[in-house]
Amino acid sequence: MTEHEGHNIVPSGGPPSQPATLVRDFTPDLIDVGTHHLCPGCGEPVAMRAAVEAVSELGLVQRTIGVFGIGCYTAFSNNLDVEVLQALHGRAPSLATGVKRAKPDAFVFTVQGDGDMVNEGLQEVIHTAARGENVTCIMLNNGVFGETGGHMTATTVIGQRTKNTLDGRTAEDHGHPILLANMLAGIDGSAYVARGAVNNAHNVALTKQMITTAFERQVTGLGFTFVEILTMCPTGWFIETTEAPEYLADNLAAVHQIGVLKDVARTDA
Amino acid sequence: MSTRLLEGSEAIAEAMIAAGCRFFAGYPMTPFTEVLEHMARLLPGVGGACMNAESELEAIGMAWGAAATGTPAATGSTGQGLSLMQESLAEITLARLPLVVLNMARAQGDYFQATRGGGHGDYRHIVLAPADITEAVTLVQQAFALAFRWRNPVLVFGDYYLAHTATSVEIAAPASDERDTSWALDGRSGGTGRAKLLSPLGAFKRKNQAGYNLATHYASCAEATAEMAAGVRPLVETESTDDAEVVVVAFGTPGRYVRAAVRALRAQGLPIGFVRPITLYPFPSEAVVLACTGARAVAVYENNQGQMIDDVRLAVLGAAPVTFIGGLSLDSSGFGIAPDLDVQVLRARIEEVFAR
Repeated sequence: MTEHEGHNIVPSGGPPSQPATLVRDFTPDLIDVGTHHLCPGCGEPVAMRAAVEAVSELGLVQRTIGVFGIGCYTAFSNNLDVEVLQALHGRAPSLATGVKRAKPDAFVFTVQGDGDMVNEGLQEVIHTAARGENVTCIMLNNGVFGETGGHMTATTVIGQRTKNTLDGRTAEDHGHPILLANMLAGIDGSAYVARGAVNNAHNVALTKQMITTAFERQVTGLGFTFVEILTMCPTGWFIETTEAPEYLADNLAAVHQIGVLKDVARTDA
Repeated sequence: MSTRLLEGSEAIAEAMIAAGCRFFAGYPMTPFTEVLEHMARLLPGVGGACMNAESELEAIGMAWGAAATGTPAATGSTGQGLSLMQESLAEITLARLPLVVLNMARAQGDYFQATRGGGHGDYRHIVLAPADITEAVTLVQQAFALAFRWRNPVLVFGDYYLAHTATSVEIAAPASDERDTSWALDGRSGGTGRAKLLSPLGAFKRKNQAGYNLATHYASCAEATAEMAAGVRPLVETESTDDAEVVVVAFGTPGRYVRAAVRALRAQGLPIGFVRPITLYPFPSEAVVLACTGARAVAVYENNQGQMIDDVRLAVLGAAPVTFIGGLSLDSSGFGIAPDLDVQVLRARIEEVFAR
């Protein structure tokens, strides 16, 4: 347990004076098990929550097939109350394509990280977008391989310290970050492209709205939809948990800018 | 149903569709290309989908997705493309999904890739190797039945000759086999508290704790593989082995040439026998042993440097010397057109073993 200045942590060798009482269970309906093995301060559970709430609120539960990549978020692939197809690292968009083509009435979304989608399987999402495949891809972007312990990905921003860029990523040595949402917005076939974040309540609400809109566009059959979500990874960023939301705003979001990049259903977007 | 003159690729495509295949994904590569062409032409007309994937990686990914919905699905390539697919093939097996995979191979250098699996982990595929188009039509249809019966990928091992020669063949729908797809995804189990999961990490939802239990899952996969290996009756062709002093073993297209050479030698009065494994995994070891009982030598012909010979040796277990009479034979294209597939050449090699 970390001690912070100004916060007194009461040492106690005995049991608490009062038993814990459940005031309210905030676990979303579609998450079977609220507990998970992800680190304190991780943004991925917040993003997952927004996605499953959107599925639920749009009445899509009994049509939904989620396709999961491999990363920390894979912790959720076997405890959701929606059907899940677990993919290999990098391969979720092609599996989602097969599912959708075989079952056009199904509502299909993928969950992948930046390592999964932008490093391992970049061509998958680009071709899926270009085909106008009527699926929604969600990318949880924390700029590191979180599951392996904080290594550089293709979205790591210049200056960011990772386990294999100890002095910070430099363009000279490690190249430039790929801004995936910007790239996908430029492809004919993508119907809705947005980038959100979960570092504060406002952004969580905004991101939830983006996911909802993307899902609605898929239901309407407009084509490929994509929501990138910037998520905190204090463990992989080697910073205090409490500093992660601000670090996200100052570093990741400064490069991977938040906003709706494309919406074919709106002429003003 | 009538008999029609069809190229092998077209016959295989039509046979798969007659067997219920409704999803196909592929990436062109000789000699697999024409199967993709015919599937692209034929599948939309029967309400199916054929995807021109951006690479073999995505071709098998798409087939994986379709297979997960219980749709009879297939993909394929030649050996090089199959190399790209191995990671997914291994995971599809661990996710226990039915899939038919064609390897229209260049010669027979992919025997190990097909029968051992080029992917990671402790898994097996059923492998069927037709010698001609008529047999291929039957075997690709059986492949779907086996894939669903065992919830396991099934490989069909063909070659350039199979893909690019033509024969008069009848394509009939196989007798309907009941396919259990209760495991398949369609979305409808969502929200019931028992939503389905198909995962190479284990398909068990853990209600009381987070995370997968790989020890349990891999143990159950191993059990299923053992059951499949014991439950599949391997197909094999044997001819004139009862009194044979030398038994010749070959598979696939070369099997037809070797069979012709053996028949010619028999007509000449030489006691030569012939064995052609049709199922390459599980290998028909018992039939090989039976065929080779009493023989003083076993000769193996393959168009490679000697791969199936390992399985023959493992079957015979030293009861007779096992000699290799094959070797890589290619024309300049490398596609698997073999100058050695000449009955006179093969006769001479068998006679040489007989004369020892």
